[in-house]
Amino acid sequence: MNIFVLVKRTFDTEEKIVVTGGAIQEDGAEFIINPYDEYAIEEAIQVRDAQGGEVTVVTLGGEDAEKQLRTALAMGADKAVLINTEDDLDELDQFSAAYILAEYLKDKEADLILGGNVAIDGGSGQVGPRVAELLGINYVTTITKLEIDGKTVKIVRDVEGDSEVLEAELPLLVTAQQGLNEPRYPSLPGIMKAKKKPLEELELDDLDIDEDDVKAKTTTVEIYLPAQKVAGRVLEGDLSDQVKELVSLLHSEAKVV
Amino acid sequence: MDFKLPEDIEFLKQSIRDFVDNEVDPLAMEIEEKDEIPEKIMNMSMEMGLFGLSIPEEYGGVGIGMVGKCAIYEELGRTHNGYTTVIGAHTGIGSVGIVEMGNSEQKKKYLPPMARGEMIGAFALTEPSAGSHATNLKTTAVRKGDKYILNGSKHYITNAPIADIFTVMAVTDPSKGAKGITSFIVEKDFPGFTVGKKEKKMGLHGSHSAEIFFEDCEVPVENVLGQEGQGYVNALKILANGRAGLAARNLGSCDKLLEMSIQHANTRIQFGKPIFEQQIIQHYLADMALDIEALRSMTYRVAWMVDQEMKVIKEAAMVKLLGSEVYNRVADKAVQIHGGIGYIAEYPVERFYRDARITKIYEGTSEIQKNIIAAQLKHEYL
Ligand SMILES: Cc1cc2nc3c(=O)[nH]c(=O)nc-3n(C[C@H](O)[C@H](O)[C@H](O)COP(=O)(O)OP(=O)(O)OC[C@H]3O[C@@H](n4cnc5c(N)ncnc54)[C@H](O)[C@@H]3O)c2cc1C
Repeated sequence: MNIFVLVKRTFDTEEKIVVTGGAIQEDGAEFIINPYDEYAIEEAIQVRDAQGGEVTVVTLGGEDAEKQLRTALAMGADKAVLINTEDDLDELDQFSAAYILAEYLKDKEADLILGGNVAIDGGSGQVGPRVAELLGINYVTTITKLEIDGKTVKIVRDVEGDSEVLEAELPLLVTAQQGLNEPRYPSLPGIMKAKKKPLEELELDDLDIDEDDVKAKTTTVEIYLPAQKVAGRVLEGDLSDQVKELVSLLHSEAKVV
Repeated sequence: MDFKLPEDIEFLKQSIRDFVDNEVDPLAMEIEEKDEIPEKIMNMSMEMGLFGLSIPEEYGGVGIGMVGKCAIYEELGRTHNGYTTVIGAHTGIGSVGIVEMGNSEQKKKYLPPMARGEMIGAFALTEPSAGSHATNLKTTAVRKGDKYILNGSKHYITNAPIADIFTVMAVTDPSKGAKGITSFIVEKDFPGFTVGKKEKKMGLHGSHSAEIFFEDCEVPVENVLGQEGQGYVNALKILANGRAGLAARNLGSCDKLLEMSIQHANTRIQFGKPIFEQQIIQHYLADMALDIEALRSMTYRVAWMVDQEMKVIKEAAMVKLLGSEVYNRVADKAVQIHGGIGYIAEYPVERFYRDARITKIYEGTSEIQKNIIAAQLKHEYL
């Protein structure tokens, strides 16, 4: 089985994030594999271990993303590919990412492509489905279970908290939802071996892509942090007065009733 | 001169930090109260390959040098020291003997299951009559055909209740003193071998030490570790090798205590301001940081020396000594900065304070380390 995983390097949203001049400060931020992509990597490794084959992890970005690829290799992926867009493109959007990934994947004869359901930074959830569209293969998003039997794939997907059971055929692209599996920690021998696994670096030129064809089609107007939570208000006095005040506040201030 | 850790070692370190922070540390209270390591943590540690830390790659281990091991021990030191000791006694004194002195049959037989954590190792030197005076062993080993018959007992043996194999020092020739001691690999199922009850201890909960007994215990000749008569030298080598590693574990604990102390000093308000603003608290913190920095430099330098295959008898004793003294100083200040809560069991500081105490005693007391340093100085200067 020829398996590909689309991986994104994102900042760790559990760490402190500083926004200055409309951009997230990279200095001091922690970078991780997008957590949903970790489920995808784990699933890919499990499928490979059960069915045989090879797992290739692919990312778009700069040199810095090598670290996340090495982590995926340490978890157990076989090969990694970094499509380095640092010198060619200032900004990538979902359109550009999907286009580049599809160009890379189109002659790879992938049986199964996995990605995260969303990236916790941009949160669009578009790249996976767009890649599948460009490749002309089936796709299923937000999956929580995957069973492969020959060419047939049985899938459970999360639909807003409910489950939907579907069947699809390979080749297929799926995006992983929380609950699909429990991603492993890279083992110490795994990390040592990861050093020796192939990590290929490609540029747009290598994929015969003209940078004008992949220019972002969207522009980011503004980036800001959510408003700071302020302390709640404690109502006092007679209980019936409190109720009256509460209703009036819900109406006039919170504007919910 | 380059003080930076290699990139792959940083990677190992980070990965252990994530594991420790996300999986082990949240269960530290449970380990402390139940006096055992949850199976889930043991299994995850096995899957991560932690048990193969000292074992070469060809036998299924991690295959890294002392600097790499110290980086990992440092991260392990940041969490519950009982857990760290279970791992450390296995990866350190429990497996190093076979790695360093074992012949190829012994390595092939024991190291792969030890690396997987399916076989746990322990090191058995200390006896009631032989603590600091480690050559005063009473356990005897008498050759009979293709077996040695062992008789005697040892105490305080870490991991004994869970261990599958023991590196045991016993007297083969009483007339030769230290040169009459031989080391053996003893499997827990060898006839005549038994483990006594677990000791109750001040700290290191979850890690268990016990007595072990040999009653006409039969050990096959092929389980002699190294040469007959080399047992004491072997023991010293195994202990010396472990010393930078123990210092690294202490370093991690100190780092964690400093972090907790800074946080506490910054948030605890007395007299209308954080206690951090009191100069004496600042000086405590500065002293802790200074001690820790000195320990860090020395730990990694000694580890580097080990990797360069330089002689480290004096330096290993120094780093063991510094590591345990610094840990105790830092733990004491951490309790002081925390005030009452530093003494309350619901908060981890008091646990570190108790766990720090053993480091001045086991693997050679602080006094014995000074004896070793002085003996080396005499040798070097006179
Ligand atoms: C929790 C725990 C785990 C242990 N794990 C192991 C293990 O896995 N394997 C193992 O073999 N052993 C183990 N030990 C034993 C440990 O190494 C010994 O306790 C230690 O070496 C000290 O020996 P002792 O207890 O007999 O103390 P003693 O040797 O009786 O020492 C008492 C005091 O006298 C001092 N002293 C003794 N001789 C001298 C001297 N010549 N000069 C100056 N001062 C001196 C000592 O420094 C100490 O302060 C463990 C002990 C404990 C408590």
